Amino acid sequence: MFLSRALRSSCRSLHTVTLFPGDGIGPQISESVKKIFDAAEVPIQWEERQVYPILEPNGKTRIPDDAVESIFKNKIGLKGPMRTAIGKGHVSLNLTIRRTFGLYANVRPAKSVPGVITPYSKEGVDCVIMRENTEGEYSGIEHQVVPGVVQSVKLITRDASRNVAEYAFQYAQDHGRKNIVALHKANIMKMSDGMFLEQCREVAARYPEINYREMYLDSACLKIVSDPSKFDVMLMPNLYGDIFSDLTAGLIGGLGLAPSGNMGKDGIAIYEAVHGTADDLVEANKGNPTALLMSGLMMLRHMGLKSQADKIEAAVLETLTERKVITGDIGGTATNPEYADEICRKIRG
Amino acid sequence: QSFYLGGRQCSSFSCTSAVPRTKYGGKTTVTLIPGDGVGPELAESVTTIFKEMAVPVEFEKIELNREQMKDEGSFDYAIKSLKRNGVGLKGVINRSADFRHHNLEFRGGLDVYANVVRCMSFEGIQTHHTGIDLIAIRENTEGEYSSLEHESVSGVVESLKIITQEKSMRIAKFAFDYAREHNRKKVTCIHKANIMKLSDGLFKACCKEVSEDYPMIEYEEQIVDNTCQQLVINPQQFDVMVMPNLYGNLVSNLAAGLVGGAGVVPSKSYGENIAVFEPGARHTWMEMKGMYVANPAAMVLSSAFMLKHLQLHEAGDLLIKAVNNVLNKRSCLTIDLGGNASTHDMTKAILSEVEHLA
Repeated sequence: MFLSRALRSSCRSLHTVTLFPGDGIGPQISESVKKIFDAAEVPIQWEERQVYPILEPNGKTRIPDDAVESIFKNKIGLKGPMRTAIGKGHVSLNLTIRRTFGLYANVRPAKSVPGVITPYSKEGVDCVIMRENTEGEYSGIEHQVVPGVVQSVKLITRDASRNVAEYAFQYAQDHGRKNIVALHKANIMKMSDGMFLEQCREVAARYPEINYREMYLDSACLKIVSDPSKFDVMLMPNLYGDIFSDLTAGLIGGLGLAPSGNMGKDGIAIYEAVHGTADDLVEANKGNPTALLMSGLMMLRHMGLKSQADKIEAAVLETLTERKVITGDIGGTATNPEYADEICRKIRG
Repeated sequence: QSFYLGGRQCSSFSCTSAVPRTKYGGKTTVTLIPGDGVGPELAESVTTIFKEMAVPVEFEKIELNREQMKDEGSFDYAIKSLKRNGVGLKGVINRSADFRHHNLEFRGGLDVYANVVRCMSFEGIQTHHTGIDLIAIRENTEGEYSSLEHESVSGVVESLKIITQEKSMRIAKFAFDYAREHNRKKVTCIHKANIMKLSDGLFKACCKEVSEDYPMIEYEEQIVDNTCQQLVINPQQFDVMVMPNLYGNLVSNLAAGLVGGAGVVPSKSYGENIAVFEPGARHTWMEMKGMYVANPAAMVLSSAFMLKHLQLHEAGDLLIKAVNNVLNKRSCLTIDLGGNASTHDMTKAILSEVEHLA
């Protein structure tokens, strides 16, 4: 736990934050984030924990106790990509983490990144997906009714819908976002999506300064690929959120650049990179830490450390715009540490 | 009554051959359901064009919009008409006030199980991507659209998604047959079986099983969220895509948006003994009803495919070429294409192109 002189003498208190480096390139990109945060004198001390699935005799999956305790104590965490072993009988790690900490709202901003040109860079993308993260189609309740006929249950509850709607409107207010559109298929799924919309409307009534409307999910798909600049905050149930947030990540250049945050009960907030473990990049240390870093910046802003976040963001955007020291996935040749060092150089000025 | 038995292979698709057709004095009767919103205006475009071209098709027009829906009789009559004629051209019908969802009933009641949307880039339409030519095949009778919902406890709603082996095998076979018939090289199964292991797992397994009977066609599987990402990054990689109901809805709308929108993409839907033609992205655009600003190209192209299905190839091909020319030469631009031409203007432009080509 190295603390720079500047940090020690700073009168701002030191925040302890949990770090799950994860698998594959996870530990390497986590190192970059720590290095960059240090360069920016971010008053954080990291509490690192390993996360892996533990299959209990009763068939449930859990994660190590020290990882759980750390989050419950610190409330704030940053998570790298994690591998889920296939066919070992346990539920995915991401799902286990979501359930353990009651992570009910997934926030996925998608903003065009300078230096990363996509067909949508010209009009620019700057939207945020708010996804209900506990229920919906991901209830995991399926059964074979008779051979050859399978039933899958989508669960929508008033409480979960209200929780994510409340978070979405508060977020919009806190971040100066003026428009929220709820995406749904209530023409087809009248009761379930209907209940979701009902809760959105109730919460919307309490935020008259925010412009609220509703749109069919398929209309949204049609419209966003024609003109993404018309979309601001989008609020939706689980499955739609999963699909749509990957769509918006694609608009800005892919999952390697997309940050994400998860809100849980009792003020828990875990930020994560949503890309994979990229095992093939581990040996040469060529992973791209941008997604994890951007998630870290979301975390800093959540913690009120806005000026440090802005300072780091400026350095990252400058590095990306110059396109001189950037990683392979976005067209460069730099390694992960080289890219991180360049950002640190820019921060130190 | 004289019947025309389609003993010859239908060029559009061989699955629907041997369909009895209602034919009087050389004209085939087809059910026309304009629907809600801008539907009637688009239908008008088609009837005008057919009249000018002297196409031997008689429309049995059935008003089936929100106002008429109160009468159950109208709806049942529409179903009977479609069953009798075997061919229909329709717009989108808004959900009626009494909860019954008519678009669903059409597909379920008539078992119109395969919806085919071909999204091809038009050189005259400015879009973010070019060179797209994909076919989205969607199972249209079950899945998430089973309309089986209940509130088990106050505040808790369960909505059932049904996937059956029978229907999954059927749509998979349809997709591979279609791919083979149209010389397509690859079929991609779109699913979310990592999360919905039993339902999407069953769908995926059926597609895989059917793929083994078509060794000359490449088969792959892709998770739907990755598909949406890939569609906006590199849509040219897709050829034929087969998927359950909801994903089909999203992917066909997304792909339609990529090539120019709801105004230019047609679709064809097939059942055992019936074919229905309608715009590919089903939106009524209620706000613009009566203003005649909607682009009729999608509806006209759908009607052209219908002509080909009825073996009226000359007329069908001529109409398809005319619409493509108008769109590619940018000779008439409705609002969705960046101009301010009206529906009538577009209809006239298509007719004038038809005359020019004939």
